[in-house]
Parts: sequence; C-alpha cells; structure tokens
Amino acid sequence: MIVRRLLAVWYARNLEFLRDRSTLVFNFLFPLALVIAFAVIFGGQPRALFKVDVIAPADAELNGTIHRFLDTRYVDFVRIEASAIDETVRKVERHQVDLLLDLRAAPRYWINEDSPKGYLAEKLLLESTGGDASRQPVSGAAVRYVDWLLPGVLGMNMMFSCLFGVGYVVVRYRKSGFLRRLSATPVTAFEFGAAQVLSRLMLTISVTAMIYGALALFVPFRNEGSVLLLLVIAITGAFSMIAFGFMMAARIASEELANGAINLASWPMMLLSGVWFPLEGAPAWLQQLAKALPLTQMLDAARAVMLDGAGLANVLPQLGWLVAMTVLFLGIAAAGFRWRAD
Amino acid sequence: MPPVVEVRDLVKHYPGGCAVDGVSFAIEEGQCFGLLGPNGAGKTTTVEMMEGVTKQTSGEVLYRGEPLGARFRDEAGIQFQKTALQDFLTVRETLRLFSRLYPRRREVDDLIRTCALEQVADRDNRKLSGGQTQRLLLAIALANDPQVLFLDEPTTGLDPQARHNFWDLIRSIKAERRTVLLTTHYMEEAYFLCDVIAIMDRGRIIAEGSPSQLLKEHFDDVVLELPREDFPGEPADFPLAVLVASGRVEISTPDVEGALRALLERGVSLKHLRIRPRNLEDLFLELTGRELRA
Repeated sequence: MIVRRLLAVWYARNLEFLRDRSTLVFNFLFPLALVIAFAVIFGGQPRALFKVDVIAPADAELNGTIHRFLDTRYVDFVRIEASAIDETVRKVERHQVDLLLDLRAAPRYWINEDSPKGYLAEKLLLESTGGDASRQPVSGAAVRYVDWLLPGVLGMNMMFSCLFGVGYVVVRYRKSGFLRRLSATPVTAFEFGAAQVLSRLMLTISVTAMIYGALALFVPFRNEGSVLLLLVIAITGAFSMIAFGFMMAARIASEELANGAINLASWPMMLLSGVWFPLEGAPAWLQQLAKALPLTQMLDAARAVMLDGAGLANVLPQLGWLVAMTVLFLGIAAAGFRWRAD
Repeated sequence: MPPVVEVRDLVKHYPGGCAVDGVSFAIEEGQCFGLLGPNGAGKTTTVEMMEGVTKQTSGEVLYRGEPLGARFRDEAGIQFQKTALQDFLTVRETLRLFSRLYPRRREVDDLIRTCALEQVADRDNRKLSGGQTQRLLLAIALANDPQVLFLDEPTTGLDPQARHNFWDLIRSIKAERRTVLLTTHYMEEAYFLCDVIAIMDRGRIIAEGSPSQLLKEHFDDVVLELPREDFPGEPADFPLAVLVASGRVEISTPDVEGALRALLERGVSLKHLRIRPRNLEDLFLELTGRELRA
C-alpha cells in the first residue's frame, strides 16, 4: 500500500514536470549553453599560470639563500607541505604546475617532458644552478580548464535542479493548499517526501546523463575513470542535495521566502564548492567549511574519477559523507514537516 | 450502534478570536446533515476539525465511536471549500492519483460517469468551469467509495443551473444511503437536500432539527407579499404586522382570510399577491436578527 501511494504521487509529479515545457527546456538548455560557451572560450588552452611549487625546510624563507633559482623573477614560487608531494606530482603530470622542486636534502625536481612551460622552467633552473639537482621526469597531457570545469558546471546544474526542483515545488504545493488536500488522504509525509525525492532524482540524473552524452559527442573532454562510478557519485550527490532542498522546504509557506532561502543556500555552495576555480589559495577555515557542503564532496569525487581515474575505494570518504548528510537532512525535514500553510 | 460522526463540546480559539465555541451534534448512518450559517459563522472550522485537518483547542471528534485515525482517513470522502490541484494533470489523471491513495476505491471511469465529467475527462484540470471544478472535487471525494462524505459549501459561486445539476448529483449519492455532512449558506439547498440541519451563528449552534420540524416549531403563520406600489397609504396604519423590504410589502399572519379581507376593504389590488410559507431564511432572521448572506 505504501509503495502504491508513493508511486501514485511520484507518477503525478513526473507528468507535471514533463508537461511544464518552459521549465523542462530551461533544465536542458542552461547547462548545455554554459559548457559550450566555456569550451569555446577556454578550449585547448592550458591554465595560464607559470608556476613552480617548492618543498623547503620549515624555517627557511623562499629566497636565494636556500637556492639561487628562487631569485628568478616572473616565476610564481609556492611553498607546499612535504605531505602534498604525491598530489603535486600529479599536478605536474596534468600541466597544472610547471615544476616541482624539493629542497629538503639534495635538490630534486619533477618535470613534465610533454609540457612546453615545464621545458622553459627547467632551462631557468639549470641556468641558475649549473645542474646540481637530480631530474625526475614525468609525462601526461595537460588538463584543460574545460576538463576541470565540466564536472563543476554539471554539478552546479544538479544543485539548482535539486534545491529548486524539490524545495520550490513543495512550498508551492503547500501554499496552494494541494498539500492540505493530500493530508486528508492516507498519504504520509514519508510517502509524499519519498515520491518527490525519487521523481527529482530520476529527472536530474537523466538530464545530467543526457548532457554528459551530448558533450562527449561534440566537445571531447577527459574522463580517466569509470562512467558507472561517476553515475554512483552523481546519484549519491543528487540525493543529498535533494534532501537538503526538502529540509529547507519542510515548513516554509511562501514562494518568495523559499526563493530567498534557497538562493541564500545555493550561492555560497556555488562559490565555495570549487565549481569555477579551486579553493587552494583560500584560508584553511574556509576550505574546511567548504568540505562540509554536499556539492564540494560530489565535485571532489567526480574530479578525482574524471581527471585522475580514481576508483571506488578512493572516493569512499566522499560518498560516505554524502550519505551521512542525506540522512541528517531527511531526519530534520521529517521532524519539521508541515502540511498546512497557516 | 454509535453515530457515524459525533462531535462533543468542540472549541477552536485563534489568536485574536474564537471561531467555534462549544459545538456538539451527532450524524446517524445514512443521514444528510446540513450545517447552516452566514459566512464567518464557524462552519468551515467545525468541518475541518471533524475531518482532522485542523486541530481543535478542546472537545472531541469521534468516528463510529473512536477518535479519528487511519480508518477514518481510509473511509471518509472530503471536498474542501477551496482546493488547488496539481498543475498539468488532466481530470482523469487527477482522479487516478487520488484513487490510488486508498485501499478501497472506485474505478476512475465510474467516477467520471457519476459526476458527469465525460466531456472534460482529458482536459487540464486548470481549464474547467466553476461547475466542472466542483464536480471534479466531488469525484475526488468519492474516489475511495466513502462511508461518510464531507461537502464544504460545494455550490458557492455556481450559477443556478450548475447548482441544480450539483443537487441532483448529491441526491443520487444520498440514494446510495451514504452519510453526508453538508455546509451551505443557501437555505434552499439545505431544505432541498438535508434530513437534519443545525444553524450556526458566531461559533455556536442556535437551532437543530429537520427543516419542516424547525419551521413548525418557530412559525405558525404565512407571508403575504405585495409590490409596494399596490399597497396604498402608510403600512403603519394597517392592523397587521407589516414589513417593507426592497420594493415589497410583507404581511405575516396565521389568519390568511382575515388579512385578505382587510386588504380588500382598503381596495388593494390582489393581482400580484403571493402567499408563501415561512422558509429557513425567515427562521434565520428570526433567530439572529441578521441577514443570512451578509
């Protein structure tokens, strides 16, 4: 009986969505236009930074006293922690960092033999030292900005679709009195909520998959990992964001307030979750805050799969966090759910 | 056997007022019970507490002797005064949605036939006329083949023809021996449909009984109506009680022959004379001194 009621509400919501042409078109066109625009603007261009990462003893300043290369002008030297060495080597492979220099003992450096900027950076290094450092060659194609951006834009579109698609619709039902009418039937809040969540989950995932497929045909992009794993990440992430939208809409009875509240939640997520640019330079506390957001976790996992070919085991922490957030959001939503507007 | 629905000392306070102030009554199996009163009398609040969608401040609502629960939600059919339906669904799809929510249900085609919705079955439910919308809401209320039906002002805002069609529908539902609770501010509707009526005013019930019994209890006279221009001189000079209202003169009397003699003696033309029995409208005015449709 529960399943039948759930399916009845689910089916009706799907019909409503599919027949609302303007919303439907917007759901497809917006992300497609965005990604194509970025592909045109950034297509083929590596990231425009000339960057050398340096691992140095903790008490030393980054200047010519520890290594003469560090006096070179027009090079962006960035100190990194020794623990980040593997991660930074991967960045060298992806052309995101032009050279990595380790000055803790006998100087060592990592260089990507496929990178023109790496070649120049190496020339500068050898010029300043006369070749005292040992060479660690790596290779790999450049990560274009569009490859890095694509998961971000798809994720952002999913976030808007999840938050507004569930949050706004539930508030509209409450304001119009449709929820009150349902409350006079045997439908429970759980059945109603599950139907909304499933309907939106299915629609969001189909839309995202279709856009992914269309882009794969027209704007070739990089995916090193498993598409199936990406699907798992998308479903887990969408579920969590839908739950978040449902929680926000659990009590609100005015569309204006819902609009404001959802915007208030979605804009920081969009800026902090690394949709457009990495948060590497941001203060640590802000990065920690960003890590708590479902969109950040989903994008981290998706990029790990698409750019580095990460497997299920590598993204389990992100998936676990997303599931935990989903349970928390749904719990709060269920406890505070209201059928009536007044 | 306990009544189908019973309310005891029902009270509803709002911040800033009291909508229902101690209401008690019972509805027996197969009865059509009418709750009458002007706008703002507390009818809708009372009905919504009986339906379980509004929580009462105090008092009890019992369905077959038990507090409202899962059985009530399965067996009650409810038509709210105002209900928004889901956008972009047709009449048939809306009915399918609601009928699937219940363990016991009527076939969608049967509902469409019963409520005369064949012509609009595949139309978007936002594109229906007032009468069609009310018939769809009634069909939704019948979707679970209910034991008891709540109709909150189902004909408000309908034109006379749509209203009469709706009454025919309700009478066919009554003929199936279903228990019905109807609220209305049309006295004619209550007289036409209800076995028992309760008149509400300012949150209280001020009279209860069958329509004919109530009229017999409160009135022993009839009303003679004449156009004002046919009645010469000052009404105050006439030996009987005379009321002047909107171009009409109304004379209330238990002695029709005496009144007619008095009129003939004054040479009044009886060409446009109308004699009517007292109706529920008069009763309401008598009991409250207020216009019903105020």
